[in-house]
Amino acid sequence: MSIAPGFYLALAGMMFTIGAVGALVRRNAIVIFMFIELMLNAINLVFVTFARVHGNLDGQVLVFFVLVVAAAEVVVGLAIILVIARRRASANVDDVSLLRW
Amino acid sequence: MALEYAVFGAVFVVALGSSLAMLFARNAVHAALFLVATQVALAVAFLLQGAFFVAAIQIILYAGAIMVLFLFVIMLLGVDRREALTEPLPGQRPLAIGLGALLAAQILYVAYRGVELAVPGGGDGAGAITELNRDPGNVRAVARLLFGNYILPFEATSILLVVAIVGVMVLARRIGSIEAAASGAGSPATEEAA
Repeated sequence: MSIAPGFYLALAGMMFTIGAVGALVRRNAIVIFMFIELMLNAINLVFVTFARVHGNLDGQVLVFFVLVVAAAEVVVGLAIILVIARRRASANVDDVSLLRW
Repeated sequence: MALEYAVFGAVFVVALGSSLAMLFARNAVHAALFLVATQVALAVAFLLQGAFFVAAIQIILYAGAIMVLFLFVIMLLGVDRREALTEPLPGQRPLAIGLGALLAAQILYVAYRGVELAVPGGGDGAGAITELNRDPGNVRAVARLLFGNYILPFEATSILLVVAIVGVMVLARRIGSIEAAASGAGSPATEEAA
């Protein structure tokens, strides 16, 4: 572990940014979900890096909670996408504009 | 030491390259496979920092279970459907990229200062992690924390999972079968078809 933690933080930050931009730019609901997963993964890397900085394992334990929340969120989100796709035959987020003013 | 730098360089290139490739992949399946590559690279980054159990779970749960779920839904909705290229909100894409650049600048600044800000004096606990991985072992130490200090959040996640399962089962039912079941008029044959 001779590489400075800052490099890992920089990697995680860039991945988080790519995830945020992707979630804003893409149109397919499933792909947007993948970018949210990418952001959560970047956060996991930050947790592990700071666990190493502090020299205890609390950050590594928190990764599990992020993982469980990610799994639950993906399952519910994909079910919602499935229901929408069943009604409108597309997973495009622009088609779901009924509540837009 | 040189090997560690080489491995970290490979992780850096693969993780960033495949996340960028995700951004430009037109096909949803390609985006999913690039996400798998990113997650495997991140698992190697976890290994480099002594988080062995987290790395294994990352591969099994993220790259395995969750991505299979993604691919399953993509296949269910049809693979060959490409994204519409029309932009309903004018200027949203440049604005998103500009705000993303701003976010990247902020995050990189904080990452540059980060360890100093979080730990005054800028300590590095790599030695403590190595010691923990040697004496009780990584899995045992994580388990002690998870079932000791973090037992209450751990139980809360079980409630979260149960709620998610029940919610998905309610969502995924066909509306017709719910109405049929509510009115009691649905014959077993129509329920079977629904």
